[in-house]
Amino acid sequence: MLCRAIDIHKKYSLGKVEIEALRGVSLEIVENEYLSIMGPSGSGKSTLMHILGCLDTPTKGEYFLEDKKVSDYTDAELARIRNISIGFVFQSFNLLTRLSALENVALPLLYAQVNKKERIERAKEILSKVGLAERMYHRPNELSGGECQRVAIARALVNRPKIVFADEPTGNLDTKTGKEIMELFDRLHAEGNTIVLVTHDQNIANHAKRVIKIIDGRIANGL
Amino acid sequence: MNSITEIIGLAVQTFKSHRMRSFLTTLGIIIGVTTVIAILSLIEGLNQSVASQIRSIGSDLIFVTKYSMVRMGPPNFEDIAKRPDLTPDDALALKQLSSVVTAVPTIEQNFTKLKYKDKEVAMTSIEGSTEDFSKVHNYIVEIGRDLNADDILHKRNVGIIGSYVAKNLFSDELPIGKDLNIGAHRIKIIGVYKEKGSFLGQSMDNLITIPYPFYEKIFPTRKRTSIYERAFGGYTISVMPKSGKVEEAMDEIRELMRRRHSLRLDQPDDFELGTQQMLFEIYQNITRVGFVAIIAIAAISLIVGGIGIMNIMLVSVAERTREIGIRKAVGASNQNILLQFITESVVLSLVGGVIGIILGILLAWLISAVSPLKAAVAPWMIILGFGFSSAVGIFFGIYPARKAASLNPIEALRYE
Repeated sequence: MLCRAIDIHKKYSLGKVEIEALRGVSLEIVENEYLSIMGPSGSGKSTLMHILGCLDTPTKGEYFLEDKKVSDYTDAELARIRNISIGFVFQSFNLLTRLSALENVALPLLYAQVNKKERIERAKEILSKVGLAERMYHRPNELSGGECQRVAIARALVNRPKIVFADEPTGNLDTKTGKEIMELFDRLHAEGNTIVLVTHDQNIANHAKRVIKIIDGRIANGL
Repeated sequence: MNSITEIIGLAVQTFKSHRMRSFLTTLGIIIGVTTVIAILSLIEGLNQSVASQIRSIGSDLIFVTKYSMVRMGPPNFEDIAKRPDLTPDDALALKQLSSVVTAVPTIEQNFTKLKYKDKEVAMTSIEGSTEDFSKVHNYIVEIGRDLNADDILHKRNVGIIGSYVAKNLFSDELPIGKDLNIGAHRIKIIGVYKEKGSFLGQSMDNLITIPYPFYEKIFPTRKRTSIYERAFGGYTISVMPKSGKVEEAMDEIRELMRRRHSLRLDQPDDFELGTQQMLFEIYQNITRVGFVAIIAIAAISLIVGGIGIMNIMLVSVAERTREIGIRKAVGASNQNILLQFITESVVLSLVGGVIGIILGILLAWLISAVSPLKAAVAPWMIILGFGFSSAVGIFFGIYPARKAASLNPIEALRYE
């Protein structure tokens, strides 16, 4: 079992108001799954993804990643898990604007203590895989939205993670480009990657083999 | 994280995208380090020239005095005044010691007015001494002759004048054979000393040396009545030891003087022995205050510079919140972020330090080129400059870096 979440709750306090983003979510993800977490905005799907991606911790409930309890990890260990086991793709790409595409992709390898030569080799390899071999020395502001998202996907994959989370990966793209990106995800899944899409868009969610619907912090269907 | 060079490379890259801001930030450090290096090298230059000036007073002299030359704090006039005066006879006795070349009694009066016809010089030192005065104090008679034993013996009213006096009283006349006046007394000039320069900013050429018996005629001992005059107005004896025998001479002098003053074993010395080394120590004691003041000023300017760095690092952390979030999302640990930001502040202040060191050295050179001050740059100053600026970088970089490191990744990613 890759991921197992048991009765996850998450509360935020925004000033005096307390928001209950997740109210008891349990789910399991196995290796090489193609899963989408679907729900309207404010449903808690992003919060769930953050917890599953070890960016955040639940206020209640247990989360196991590769059968290990995530709450037992120290901050430094969580950083290491995010580095080597998890890849993120965000709606707004989240690339470092001062770095070239190649440097952005190589960034996780920097924190994984990979030497410079190998970092560049691996980043180049993965960039050609996402179809950006020609553009790798360009900075994000010189790339189109679709290209930026390909860079972000390459960055998510460069450290050969166990699981890739994509949060509205087509949200900032036009339909045609969004379609191309989704085709890329399909291909990556076919190559053996575990992919979790987080989206409000039924058409995007339909790319996945399994769809989980989240409404008001609870799972409304599926497991 | 990988090698330190890569982290530094990262920091440099960041500054390149904010050239103006980075420059202004380091300006505080630059100014601080420049000032410190320039002033320290001027002090060092001053130290070196004072050391050589002290050597120029005469080589390896031992001074026998009533009062201590290196006393710090106010002296006790009464106790000093009670001590027996040193006398020319003491000097004669000291001269006989095996380790001593010669011993010269000198009694002096500073701030005297000399007159020749309608001209006068002020602030002149009158030295009542013997024929060995010039030998002991490194004066060379350039024109005329030096004092001799007969002059002393016969209490002649003759004198040798310093070049300053000669220049001011006898601009185009030959001074030899002329009479000048000290009060109502006339002195015949028999010689002129070669110019010697100044010591601690005081001219050593504004003097006249006369036989001490004649000096006593002009300034009789019985007229030294004030406690200050009784404490400080008497003879000092400058002893020139044989070369390499300073320590031995000190012992012999002490023993002889104690015997001459009939001191019992349990009684302390009622005279003081001083050396040029002690003179240098006095000088160092005086300049230490200035030294401390400069270090304080330097510290303040470095703190100001450091606050500037801290300020800009805080701005930078705020601006780059999203970057920090991204880095954390892809696996940067808190330590990675901490190290990145501390490196940035250290690189900033070190760059400021290096520029400051270079400018400081240039400034010191410039000052010594256009003014009489001499600068000397020592390696330890450069090390100090590096040390100070990196310490400032670390100290003032820690707070912003910790702030960056402790950011919550999700909130950081949401930051617009």
